[in-house]
Amino acid sequence: MNWQTLATQLFPGGHAIVERDNFLSGTAQVDGKTVAIIGTTEHVPIGIEIALAQAQAILKSVQEHPGRPIVILVDTQGQRLRHHDEMLGINSYMAHLGKCVDLARRKGHAVIGLVYDQALSGGFITSGLIASACYALPAATIRVMGLPAMARITKVPEERLTELARDNPVFAPGPENYLRMGGLHGIWESDLANELARALADCGTDDVRMTLGQERGGRLLAQPVAQAVRTGGHVRPT
Amino acid sequence: METLHYRFEQGTRPLGGMPQLVGVVGSGNLEVLIEAAPLQGACEIDIRTAAVGFGATWQAVMADFHARWRLADARISINDMGATPAVVSLRLDQAVESLTGGTP
Amino acid sequence: MSSYLELTARQRIPAIFDAGSFEEFLPPSERVASPHLAQLDAPVSFDDGVVVGRGRLGGHVVFGAAQEGGFMGGAVGEVHGAKLVGMLRRAIDEKAHAVLLLLESGGVRLHEANAGLIAVSEVMRAMLDARAAGIPVVAVVGGSNGCFGGMGISARCANVVIMSEEGRLAMSGPEVIETANGVEEFDSRDRALVWRTTGGKHRYLMGDCQMLVADDTAAFRAAALEAIGSIGNASLTLEDLLAEQAMLSRRLADTEGLAEPMDVWRKLGVPDPASVPMLDADAFLELAAPYRAGGQR
Repeated sequence: MNWQTLATQLFPGGHAIVERDNFLSGTAQVDGKTVAIIGTTEHVPIGIEIALAQAQAILKSVQEHPGRPIVILVDTQGQRLRHHDEMLGINSYMAHLGKCVDLARRKGHAVIGLVYDQALSGGFITSGLIASACYALPAATIRVMGLPAMARITKVPEERLTELARDNPVFAPGPENYLRMGGLHGIWESDLANELARALADCGTDDVRMTLGQERGGRLLAQPVAQAVRTGGHVRPT
Repeated sequence: METLHYRFEQGTRPLGGMPQLVGVVGSGNLEVLIEAAPLQGACEIDIRTAAVGFGATWQAVMADFHARWRLADARISINDMGATPAVVSLRLDQAVESLTGGTP
Repeated sequence: MSSYLELTARQRIPAIFDAGSFEEFLPPSERVASPHLAQLDAPVSFDDGVVVGRGRLGGHVVFGAAQEGGFMGGAVGEVHGAKLVGMLRRAIDEKAHAVLLLLESGGVRLHEANAGLIAVSEVMRAMLDARAAGIPVVAVVGGSNGCFGGMGISARCANVVIMSEEGRLAMSGPEVIETANGVEEFDSRDRALVWRTTGGKHRYLMGDCQMLVADDTAAFRAAALEAIGSIGNASLTLEDLLAEQAMLSRRLADTEGLAEPMDVWRKLGVPDPASVPMLDADAFLELAAPYRAGGQR
């Protein structure tokens, strides 16, 4: 789905989103209230400039519109793979964006991430995955890395990884796996405007994803392990 | 992966202290977890190894190890990633020494 | 001098913390290993590649973790990440004086893919929770595997990053970049270039690393003590992030058209940039510290 179609469905009340070099920014109306929008499109790789632009938009929102909800529209092929980005420390630019999203959340801005097409790895960690909650459309793909590169690095044959990526929840890129693991709060099949309104209203402040992963059966050890470490007890997975 | 198990009866040297872990599960290396356990005087060794089909070699190394230390009421657990017999013996000795501070 | 680089994670902890002070949480005897590695026929580790616990540093209660680069490249899987998160949450519960993270990691553990990705983001969030609770978080990067990917991002969520020259802090490894975009983009076998691009001295000069030390456990320990003592308010404010936005924008502008790190150092004013890789830590700091780009605390 392209971002314009998405925006029309998400914001029947209207929006003023512009796209520039595959960076989306602007505002939109949800339930009669203005929300800030940032995002990416065309599966753009996240390089330093886009990370900075997104961070700037978040900071501007926090400064000029205290409490205004922020919606992050995610479509990226992950971090840009260039020597220049690494030389400048793209990890720092990504961290900066993540810290800005985190600050907005702590200052009372509801931050909702929506993966509407692709989300990969570094392009996702400091956007959707650090929001108050992250959602996805059913056709979205969320992955850590492309299979050929993964095969090269892990030395696991690509055929084996392909087989696993078909239906193994740890490897398959479908949002239902992330939902089950607690990485996503929900998948929006239809009626996107209402789903968003509800997400903004339901927005919590704590990171509950481990609990979700355990309740939904997708990640059985994370919550018991964290709890055992926290309280000095033993691990009792369900 | 292959799983192997050994039990040596009638050990003479018991262990004291907290469980210890030596080594790292990296290529050509292994980790050895050693702890005291009530085993009627025996020493049990459980091995999970990425190198399949070396049962006879493991048997020899374990037998040598037991002859060297004769541990009693000891449980040893190993995660191995293709270490040579020399490295396995070294880590086992390091593991025992981390608990006993002693020599065979 | 006692090399930090050559130690295992388990050996680094007692080398940095006050003697005998460290208590490990969920030790390897609990045998909580990865539930996902067996399906790829990969061996597990009883501590899933990370030691977490609480000790003392200079007498103060400091929570800590050490990632084992020798196991799966120190990469973060479900259990590994959960141990880090549990430790960070406990540090908040118990109002720790600080958290010290000895990082050595490739980032998300690819063998655990989706679970690893979520885990890394939870670690990042928990680090920021600790800071928001007023607990200083110090990251140490000095292992041979470096600190990459999601952990490279997480390191820059700490208050202070301490590195040795040997340490590397980055996002994507040079091999990944070379595979994607060719050897002209980044020759992964040019080790000198790799370290000029991602190594401790470069990060120090750019302002991403606040303290550069020799590969020596005593030096790392002293730096950790100094770093913790130097942090007044651990939490992040809007002003901090506005300053960081300005710093990062300036960095982008100042390096426009420059591809070679030495040219970046030259532009910073560092005299004789070609000599930088050869200098030991003290000599490097003496030469270069005055020209270091404004860093972020």
